[in-house]
Amino acid sequence: MKKVDFDIDLHHLSRVEGHGNIHISVRDGQLREAQWAVVETPRFFEAMLKGMGAERVPFLTSRICGICSISHSLASIRALERAMGIEPPEEARLIRSLAMHGETLQSHALHLFFLAAPDFLGVPSVVPLMQSHPDIVKAGLQLKELGNELSIATTGRATHPVSLALGGVTRPPSKAQLLRLKALIAERRAALALATDFFGTLEIPQFVRETEFISLRDSVSYPYIGGDLVSTDGVVKEENDYLQMTNEYLNDFSTTKFTRLSRESSAAGALARFNNNADLLHPNARAAASAFGLEPVCHNPFMNNVAQLVECHHIVEDAARLVDRLLDAGLTDLRASWKPRAGAATGAVEAPRGILYHHMETDEKGKVVKADCIIPTTQNNANIHFDLRALAGQALAEGRSEQETELLCVKLVRSYDPCISCSVH
Amino acid sequence: MKHLGFERSKVRVGSFDFTCCEGCQLQLANKESTLPEFLALVDIRNFREISSERHDDYDIALVEGSITRSDEVERLRKIRATAKVLVAYGTCACFGGVNSLKNRLPQEEVVREVYDGKKVETMPSTRIADIVKVDFSIPGCPVSKEEVERVVVSLVNRSLPTLPRYPVCVECKQRLNTCLFDLGEVCLGPITRAGCDAVCPSGKSACLGCRGPADDLNFRSFTDLVRDNGLSTEEMLEKLRFYNGFADQLGHEES
Repeated sequence: MKKVDFDIDLHHLSRVEGHGNIHISVRDGQLREAQWAVVETPRFFEAMLKGMGAERVPFLTSRICGICSISHSLASIRALERAMGIEPPEEARLIRSLAMHGETLQSHALHLFFLAAPDFLGVPSVVPLMQSHPDIVKAGLQLKELGNELSIATTGRATHPVSLALGGVTRPPSKAQLLRLKALIAERRAALALATDFFGTLEIPQFVRETEFISLRDSVSYPYIGGDLVSTDGVVKEENDYLQMTNEYLNDFSTTKFTRLSRESSAAGALARFNNNADLLHPNARAAASAFGLEPVCHNPFMNNVAQLVECHHIVEDAARLVDRLLDAGLTDLRASWKPRAGAATGAVEAPRGILYHHMETDEKGKVVKADCIIPTTQNNANIHFDLRALAGQALAEGRSEQETELLCVKLVRSYDPCISCSVH
Repeated sequence: MKHLGFERSKVRVGSFDFTCCEGCQLQLANKESTLPEFLALVDIRNFREISSERHDDYDIALVEGSITRSDEVERLRKIRATAKVLVAYGTCACFGGVNSLKNRLPQEEVVREVYDGKKVETMPSTRIADIVKVDFSIPGCPVSKEEVERVVVSLVNRSLPTLPRYPVCVECKQRLNTCLFDLGEVCLGPITRAGCDAVCPSGKSACLGCRGPADDLNFRSFTDLVRDNGLSTEEMLEKLRFYNGFADQLGHEES
């Protein structure tokens, strides 16, 4: 091993959502320190929520995140519906599922093409790719647009949903919108095929650090809204027992908390969903996974990129199914009436970046007494931190230069698709 | 690129975020069908969320988020000193946004609620204009990409960008929606600045005033409307405080 000294100090890492720093220190060829420090300004949503009327809550919690606002809205809605014993009608459930698909597709496309791909092609952003790889960028934009169109039809707009409400939805997609979505999905399968071929040509770094993957599982369909909380180490808990899955603790270098379950850290996200639910994917998505050699349980965090692409296949097929069901439905029974009451419950959903928990306690007027939100990236921050140490150690052992080590480390962090402002909230 | 026979250079843009969800910046990457044309108008010099290339020679700074920590004040002042035009975009930047909901509590209590005993620095959420001079504001939670496109095109063509002066009700009526007051809801459409195409009331969801007050609004008449419809004043206040856009009006009412 070469005796090298260097420090990697990346302040406000680019092409991720929010503010995080990477510190790596090497002396005499030995790794002294590897740290993932989140320096985001906290917004204190749990304090803001205190005393707010239940009806307003999803409009506030959606503002936790500009990318996964639909997930936050639905996690709060699910928590409050369970707390107050509200049963949303089946048609509203279908619309909500389609909304989740739209958000996840939009988020995965944004990450894969805008945030991750430039690393693999050695450019600073997607802008130069518009010249060098115009077809690929166009395919990425078409998939992202399809995701946004699904969200607009189901929730009123792409970011910060307007029509998701306690008890159901306030307005359904029109028949014209559904027909347009049907045509758009059929047309955009070509873009997905092109994207899949393209990502197949990229070299995924070889790195394995065994960890515990946590996600939802309901054993009926690939998970999005509600279900059991499961881990690849065999833990199974009921939704309301979410605190036993997260075990949050504070550290002295981040404004985000860390979490753990059976090991020093755990992971959430597309790869965790895949590792726990690969059997429930659409056959097209399973075929895409096989083509990439992705099998459960995969412990290479760089494969999260591939897992996201595999999920895009599942989403496109399942969205087509849901649109057909909605076209056949009357779309008249959209919202259950409800009365406020005291209660407490957890709502767990699979946001694009992983399992998201909102826990809400209400008083008899339906006002929030206590709220708790545990974000997927919060659950990944410890795993990123310990992965960085292992990856930097591996890079040194392989005799890689400072520049190569730095590139590997930023690629690793971006593979998690961290949503940092969300994780601090 | 020539426009009306004149050679026009690209405007150099930087996009910066403070305390926020980054949803407004994300809108810049939306409206995918016109994205290549939009990007052809601008030279992105600094935009951490989408590019690892960062330069400090931008003419227009788009600033998202509110200010809640002292290091943000310093960073914002540097951006102001560099940019020729500073645009506050999004409701957090323009009014303090939902972040201001924590301002009603002592900040120590807010920190204790979330971080137990740990010391975390925070201060009451303030809008950008309270710290530095703002040349132009684009409100909205999130901003509408159509409006951002309009403003950027105006700036590129050296014309003055404008916002609608009238309230959301005008756009809501154009969309032939049933008035939410008639459905028994307090809606802030009558007093909120238009420009969103009444997206919330069109989804049968009450306007919460993310775009702040319309010009020449009659606030007293609005509170009368709520009372005359037999609707809840408490609900009205919760909505008026949601984005902190009506702090001036509420201040007058309460004093």
